[in-house]
Amino acid sequence: MPTTIRRGVADAAALSGRSLRHILRSPDTIVTTAVTPIALLLLFVCVFGGAIDTGGEEYVNYLLPGILLITVATGISYTAYRLFMDVSGGIFERFQSMPIARSAVLWGHVVTSVVANLLALALVLLVALAIGFRTGAGVLAWLGVVGILVLFTLTLTWLAVIPGLTAKSVDAVSGFSYPLIFLPFISSAFVPTAGMPGPVGWFAEHQPVTSIVDTLRDLFAGQPVGTDIWVALGWCVGLLAVAYLGAMRAHDRRVA
Amino acid sequence: MTMTAATPALRIAGLTKSYGDHAVLRGVDLDAAPGSIVALLGSNGAGKTTLVRILATLLRMDGGTAVVNGHDVATRPGDVRGSISLTGQFAAVDEILTGRENLTLIARLRHLPDPGAVADGLLARFALAEAGARRVATYSGGMRRRLDLAMSLIGDPPVIFLDEPTTGLDPEARIEVWRAVRELAAAGTTVLLTTQYLEEAEQLADRIAVLHEGRIIVDGTLAELKQLLPPAQVEYVEKQPTLEEVFLALTTTRTEI
Repeated sequence: MPTTIRRGVADAAALSGRSLRHILRSPDTIVTTAVTPIALLLLFVCVFGGAIDTGGEEYVNYLLPGILLITVATGISYTAYRLFMDVSGGIFERFQSMPIARSAVLWGHVVTSVVANLLALALVLLVALAIGFRTGAGVLAWLGVVGILVLFTLTLTWLAVIPGLTAKSVDAVSGFSYPLIFLPFISSAFVPTAGMPGPVGWFAEHQPVTSIVDTLRDLFAGQPVGTDIWVALGWCVGLLAVAYLGAMRAHDRRVA
Repeated sequence: MTMTAATPALRIAGLTKSYGDHAVLRGVDLDAAPGSIVALLGSNGAGKTTLVRILATLLRMDGGTAVVNGHDVATRPGDVRGSISLTGQFAAVDEILTGRENLTLIARLRHLPDPGAVADGLLARFALAEAGARRVATYSGGMRRRLDLAMSLIGDPPVIFLDEPTTGLDPEARIEVWRAVRELAAAGTTVLLTTQYLEEAEQLADRIAVLHEGRIIVDGTLAELKQLLPPAQVEYVEKQPTLEEVFLALTTTRTEI
């Protein structure tokens, strides 16, 4: 029914406006999201970078895609936190007892998460440019980069909705993102996977981060992306579907 | 004040709810006439909040029926949500937004034509006009509760659930909330309020229902409830029995059975 959909979109827009105001009023959450990735970026480029052989490529160019994914993994923990605060504070129940599309409450947080993460990503990118990151990407390649980052953010955000709805304490909410932040370390994000010992190398080669990082790297370099992009998209869409269904299950269990 | 012939705003019959082995509600029966204030009285853990959450479609019942404003809670939850407003135990307000923004948000979610005007009207009505532009985080407990109530009134829902609306408030703020609740009922809204303060029930309610061990053990007007005490006891007491005495007498005898 078009009316139902129109009302649902209006509800989600109103609720997105609400949580975007939260971000506007505490912009420090954007800065804190960007601080860890920027610190890692500086540490690896300026301290360890000289010792890492990436085959002639400038290390900052090699490293940035992985740092961007870490930025998203850090940022979505705030989404889980904001949702958890809604649930524990009672306003979530107020919304759920109102005649609105029930999923609009979640979509409000998801939209906000995407916006907040894009802002944090822009901040990290600025620092990367300042320390020498250069890209030969054209408009199409940039669209590809932004598209993949938004898709990746959506995937991790819906994953973050699950602890946001189910966690019993603030600590549990913030804890869930640590594995996601560390996943890029066992991938091609920091060093080429070729040098990793057997099983670690196999895991690194086949986990989602590597295909996404490789695709972003190729896009930034203005090179053809090959089959990596399909593997990357497959991972993102597949995980997004699983995370979304999991979040909806947690939501249904929470409200009735 | 007996039940009128009008369709009840609330009709609950045989409602049950268990958490695992623990039966919280064991067959609750309760009606509320339109425009009346019904107080649901019970000690902590009696299941008051559970009952309210079921009526507000936030929790599924195990058995029995509940009809709110003519809509069955189990089969037409969407229509029920269109007829109610819930003010939970803790002020469900957004601390980061201003008072006015909180109200505007709810008005937008209720798809009212002029959310800003609705917000300004309610700010004035609840003596929050001056604080309207301030973030709720700076509000006192009483102001939050008033804002919370004001948010619940947006869209003029015919039935309002207030779950312990004055818990944690100072006496002055409590009286302010009572005034707002009386005004609501006077305007035709049906109010079901839970409370553990006997005085609150005595002050506000047209009818008082006592929830004890999962059932409504008494349901009537204050006068009817007071008659339940054995007259023999009245002879030795100079003042009228308070509702508190009635409550304690009732719950103690039932426990012993």
